[in-house]
Amino acid sequence: MQYKSLFAQLFASNRGGTIFLGILAALAIIVPIFNLAVPESSALHISTYTVTLLGKYLTFALLAIALDLVWGYCGILSLGHGAFFALGGYAMGMYLMRQIGDRGVYGNPELPDFMVFLNWQELPWYWYGFDMFWFAMLMVMLVPGLLAFVFGWLAFRSRVTGVYLSIITQALTYALMLAFFRNEMGFGGNNGLTDFKDILGFNLQEDSTRIGLFLASVIALALGYLACHYIVTSKFGRVIIAIRDAEDRTRFVGYKTESYKLWIFTFSAVLSGIAGALYVPQVGIINPGEFSPLNSIELVVWVAVGGRGTLYGAALGAGIVNYAKTYFTAALPEVWLFALGALFIVVTVFLPKGIIGLVSKLKSKRSETKPPDAGAIPKTEAES
Amino acid sequence: MAVMNSSFYTIIAKPLIIACVFTCFPLMSGIATAEESTSNVVEQTTLTATDADTAIAPSDPFQSAVADLTQQSFTKKGKAIETLQSFDDPRTLKLFKYMLGSDLYYRKDDKVVVLVDKKDDKYIATEVVSDKEIGIVEKSSLKKIVVNNKLRKQLRGAIAQLSLGNKDTEVRLAAVKEMLRDPSPDVAEMVRNALTKESDSAVKETMETVIALSELNSDDKAVRLTAINTLGQSLATEAFNDLSRLVQKDDQGEFLEADAEIRAAADAALTSIKDRRGFYELTETIFFGLSLGSVLLLAAIGLAITFGVMGVINMAHGELIMLGAYTTYVVQLLMPNYIEYSLFVAIPAAFLVSGLFGIAIERGVIRFLYGRPLETLLATFGISLILQQLVRTIFSPLNRSVETPQWMSGALEINSAFTLTYNRFYIIIFSLMVFFALLAVLKKTPLGLQVRAVSQNRSMARAMGVKTEWVDALTFGLGSGIAGVAGVALSQLTNVGPNLGQSYIIDSFMVVVFGGVGNLWGTLVGAMSLGVVNKFLEPWSGAVMAKILVLIFIILFIQKKPRGLFPQKGRAAEN
Repeated sequence: MQYKSLFAQLFASNRGGTIFLGILAALAIIVPIFNLAVPESSALHISTYTVTLLGKYLTFALLAIALDLVWGYCGILSLGHGAFFALGGYAMGMYLMRQIGDRGVYGNPELPDFMVFLNWQELPWYWYGFDMFWFAMLMVMLVPGLLAFVFGWLAFRSRVTGVYLSIITQALTYALMLAFFRNEMGFGGNNGLTDFKDILGFNLQEDSTRIGLFLASVIALALGYLACHYIVTSKFGRVIIAIRDAEDRTRFVGYKTESYKLWIFTFSAVLSGIAGALYVPQVGIINPGEFSPLNSIELVVWVAVGGRGTLYGAALGAGIVNYAKTYFTAALPEVWLFALGALFIVVTVFLPKGIIGLVSKLKSKRSETKPPDAGAIPKTEAES
Repeated sequence: MAVMNSSFYTIIAKPLIIACVFTCFPLMSGIATAEESTSNVVEQTTLTATDADTAIAPSDPFQSAVADLTQQSFTKKGKAIETLQSFDDPRTLKLFKYMLGSDLYYRKDDKVVVLVDKKDDKYIATEVVSDKEIGIVEKSSLKKIVVNNKLRKQLRGAIAQLSLGNKDTEVRLAAVKEMLRDPSPDVAEMVRNALTKESDSAVKETMETVIALSELNSDDKAVRLTAINTLGQSLATEAFNDLSRLVQKDDQGEFLEADAEIRAAADAALTSIKDRRGFYELTETIFFGLSLGSVLLLAAIGLAITFGVMGVINMAHGELIMLGAYTTYVVQLLMPNYIEYSLFVAIPAAFLVSGLFGIAIERGVIRFLYGRPLETLLATFGISLILQQLVRTIFSPLNRSVETPQWMSGALEINSAFTLTYNRFYIIIFSLMVFFALLAVLKKTPLGLQVRAVSQNRSMARAMGVKTEWVDALTFGLGSGIAGVAGVALSQLTNVGPNLGQSYIIDSFMVVVFGGVGNLWGTLVGAMSLGVVNKFLEPWSGAVMAKILVLIFIILFIQKKPRGLFPQKGRAAEN
């Protein structure tokens, strides 16, 4: 009964989500066919470059959904979610690094090239186990999750909220960036981890592997969306939304708000880690630049542009902003930062609910019968 | 109507007057220093003019002595050196140095002696007598003035003596310091003679160290003990090294120095040196820490107004600092001949530029977002991206070089273990001046009163007739203007580029949050303590790691005291 009602609810009252999942399903079918089955000479052929680019957008979309979960539904504006993404990416990168084996430039079977270059004699202890895929995947979730848990435990317990929290999350990712830039950390320093060869025995350069990674990203995004949707529509989710709208009141009603916030924050970090792990094999490199505060704050704009508090809106925003970035940085590199900056201002001043909010506003003007979305930001100002 | 106008006048004009007062103060002192340096220049030019006159005179003894150097016989050359040494001529020292380095030549055709600088296999010649640079000369047209070991020794002695007798204290000090490296008895004898005529205390001290160093190997035990005592007062590296040698053991575990009393004395002297060095190192670390702290203070203090007093998160604050730095650059471009004074023009200019930008930002964007701090954060971040790209488009993405005026470069050397660089010194003073000026504006002017009223209770202030909109715009302008002034100071310390602001924004926020929002004194204490802590960590952990540790410390600190070191108290703290 519970099971049925979940799906019934998902597809009945959530048209945006249904359309979103439908698009994902269509992508999962069309892209592999047009890449592998259609000959290259055909106009319908999708190049492997495009497949990888789409795959990259999908991982960004997953990251955006993870941020929307904490920002849109719980009111925690994290300016450090890029850190969790990068940590997941580094865990994956370490696995891929170990897979190179003796095919590196220096041919050392144990040590990655950069360690040989730095004259290290043996593998640091924290690199052990990363030759096993399952262990690396465990770390992809565990490391960001643990960091978020410890950080959140400290922050929420002492009731650090609002802009203070945003600023210290930014400090967190900044500190991590500085740390990962150091060669002594054993993560490749400035250059990061790159030059990957294969994953689970499949060559990373081959089209079929790329398609496999693309499909994995589609599935991860769909599952991530469903999981988040399930959370926000559950009783737990109701409390989360209540915390966003009036934290003190929720606390006085008797909920332990800090535990709710802690769990949602940790879950979101795990999701970001998974997104990072899918991102790294597709772009083929991970370096400390991923930790830069700019990345994390750009991520916030994806969510804001799409429309926060809707989940699929965040994914949409990630797609649109990143497509624009790809286009502008290639065609008009001078204009990109102007455009991004203007986007920040326009969205916050004129479109507080993003594109999705604009669409539903236009719709509700046409037919003023539909009740507002449960997850949407209430009209009265929520933040304190 | 008239009443309102006058209130505008007091709001706008008073702070401006105060701003002028505090910018004029350094202006006056700056002019004084500039005058000094110009008078120096005048003195130098007259000196060279008299040189030229003597060169033209036909029967110049200096000229004939120089000409004697071209003779083949080493004995005659030696005589010529002695003659030259007896003249008190400024050209002699340079001549001897070149001769010692085998860089002294004469032209084959007219036997004119020249100094040669070798650069990329080319010979660049300068006439000795007239001190005129001739330019690149064919190697074949020159003949080297050869010196043997005996002449070299004579030259070394002559150079040392000339340097010790030089009028310029700097030259004498450098010469004596050079002698520290090789304190032979001959040198010590020469220094002893010079010591009786020496008046400068720093030179005297170094001379005594040279003598003591040479006496360290004396046969008389009493002399050695006094020498050790003298060296114990010195901070020179050579003294420390020579004393350490006295207490070292050889491979067999035997002491190099047989006499136990000498060893004990050397040990005591070494401890005293170490103590004093430790003290100076501590002082120096604190000084570096304070100078880093004042940079942080300058960067953060504008933010303390906009974030602390108004509650607006301005992520474009760093870019307002950057605009100030670029204003300095433009000002220097506009007045290339007056670099010495450029900073005094740049400070008010940067205040205006950044302040106007700030007012524009407040009127254009932020006022729509009051009460929504997270949105303000995002919107101002967008502004920061636009400003960065604007600067990149106008000035190119490369770093621009801003010149440092003469009076800001150089260092005040207190002793060989402790020097204060002027630019750090001025930054500390300047940041404190800005801080107290701002404090005065907030506490003593009508604008300050209104700002505080609005920040404590906006609606009540409105009800009392305060034009909150204007106060908001002016407060934001004031905070932004201070950021611009910080940019002028930073342009003297770091590279001026589009990323200048980004590197300070997180630090500034940390300082404000650490010190306690809404509390200027907290910002001062926060900035200074973070700066000093950072500098104390650096030698132990490395610069980057120190920064990481400080960040982690602040993150943990905020957990413990979410409202900073000095939280706001009273009703204003409730919201």
